[in-house]
Amino acid sequence: MPVQPILSLAGVGKTYKSGHRALEAVDLEIHKGEIFALLGPNGAGKTTMISIVCGIVNPSEGTITVDGHDAVRDYKKARAMIGLVPQELSVDMFETVIATARFSRRLFGRAPDDGYIEQLLKDLSLWDKRDSKIMALSGGMKRRVLIAKALSHEPDILFLDEPTAGVDVSLRRDMWKLIGRLRERGVTIILTTHYIEEAEEMADRVGVINNGRLLLVDEKSALMKKLGKREMDIALVEPMTTVPGALSEWDLELVDEGHKLRYTFDAQAERTGIPSLLRKLGDLDIGFKDLETSKSSLEDIFVDLVSEREQEEAAL
Amino acid sequence: MNLHGIWAIYRFEMARALRTLWQSVATPVITTSLYFVVFGGAIGSRMQQVGGVNYGSFIVPGLIMLTLLTQSISNASIGIYFPKFTGTIYELLSAPISSMEMVIGYVGAAATKSVALGLIILATSTLFVPLQIAHPLAMIAFLILTALTFSLFGFIIGVWAQGFEQLSIVPALLVTPLTFLGGAFYSIDMLPQPWRTVSLFNPVVYLVSGFRWSFFSKGDVSVAWSLGFIALFMALCLILIAWIFKSGYRLKS
Ligand SMILES: Nc1ncnc2c1ncn2[C@@H]1O[C@H](COP(=O)(O)OP(=O)(O)OP(=O)(O)O)[C@@H](O)[C@H]1O
Ligand SMILES: [Mg+2]
Repeated sequence: MPVQPILSLAGVGKTYKSGHRALEAVDLEIHKGEIFALLGPNGAGKTTMISIVCGIVNPSEGTITVDGHDAVRDYKKARAMIGLVPQELSVDMFETVIATARFSRRLFGRAPDDGYIEQLLKDLSLWDKRDSKIMALSGGMKRRVLIAKALSHEPDILFLDEPTAGVDVSLRRDMWKLIGRLRERGVTIILTTHYIEEAEEMADRVGVINNGRLLLVDEKSALMKKLGKREMDIALVEPMTTVPGALSEWDLELVDEGHKLRYTFDAQAERTGIPSLLRKLGDLDIGFKDLETSKSSLEDIFVDLVSEREQEEAAL
Repeated sequence: MNLHGIWAIYRFEMARALRTLWQSVATPVITTSLYFVVFGGAIGSRMQQVGGVNYGSFIVPGLIMLTLLTQSISNASIGIYFPKFTGTIYELLSAPISSMEMVIGYVGAAATKSVALGLIILATSTLFVPLQIAHPLAMIAFLILTALTFSLFGFIIGVWAQGFEQLSIVPALLVTPLTFLGGAFYSIDMLPQPWRTVSLFNPVVYLVSGFRWSFFSKGDVSVAWSLGFIALFMALCLILIAWIFKSGYRLKS
């Protein structure tokens, strides 16, 4: 049985008043309960896309549906389901932590619930700071306050726009724990990031965006398989200065000042070419002492994709 | 109707004033006292009476109006400008709250504050001059209507403004001069022609006149005109605000 997506974008595009085309007709469906990572370089259009869904930026075209509610016509129902942690640290400096969390809950139409707010602040290690003015908090703490505000009305969908920008390792780990707990409660999470490891570690699906275009959307594992190149490093006994001509049929390069031969191959291909390469090395009397293979990270995939697109565009 | 949302904004705005309670109250009280010393004491001792009313008492409605207009505008305009400036407006824009509910929260709070100030000034005045209020209900009605209308106007200025200077431009360049020229401290009957006629084009004349009528049963123009003018200006502000939210003007990109 096909499940209705909790959020869907159909042909959503944005041209800013400056004439800048920040988003090209994006089609995207987010499933309930998943963690979706939107990955892209600076200026790709991630914040623009999120802002449109949340009602902060008017779309130039397209429709957005949140759990069956049109985000424009039925905006109250749609927005009540969404919490947003913005990229910028925009907070009311003169407010206290607990006052701002209570404010957000009410603003989103929910009756006060001190028990919930208390638990939320405790989960975010903000309870001890509840009566502090926000301006007296550190940057990482301010980000937690923003998360508390976004979660104060118990949203079904949480947007995190670069949640770990300017956040230290321990807070980042806390953040992942929190996201894990939210997912257990069934909260759908959409996050943007430049940090590939983040998407790689947490996301179920990844969307790659560049120049306002959603280049591809796929299961993270499928994406890794589909595009994942593998590398094998062959540690040589004797360093080389050039790759011998007899090895030209393999895609080899010298790294580590000639101490290693690097072979790049497609792990999904039927023939990886590894056995024949090793045989050939034996034939040529090239001694090696170690072999090491590695998966390419999402980062490599991403760089590949972006440059592929750019080449395609240049070819047009 | 997102009543919780309206209440959240209203409370937030009131809390902002309470944090600076001392300034919010002391400034107008001191200013008013100074006006009484200068106008009531120094000038009033030579003028004695205006239209049968002791000059010191005569200027009370004008003084209250002056504060009401400037405070309504500045309260409401800062209320909405500040979130734009700090970026916290993202939350308002992403909340399930209609534009009118947002306006009710901000304008309601701004109007509440300026009405409270008006009453404080009124109370301060009684320390300096004898006062009786002929139509207390009408007086309260004028106070509230004017506060609401100019808070709406202030809200529009706050949306329009792109810098702190612009926030004070309209009050400083328009409202204060119009109030001074609008019979706050004199009756426009005292003016020679053609200034008397010119004054009738000054909207503040109608506000001050109506308000003064509620104290002394007489004004420069009839009460109906005063009420009509406030209603008209309020309608204009509401139309403008509806348009601002519909078009997203300067709030959304
Ligand atoms: N209000 C605006 N007016 C005009 N152009 C804008 C506006 N906001 C964003 N842009 C432009 O739109 C493009 C996309 O911006 P956006 O903020 O969505 O990128 P992003 O993917 O979030 O980048 P980052 O990773 O740096 O946060 C950029 O080129 C940006 O300059
Ligand atoms: Mg961004």
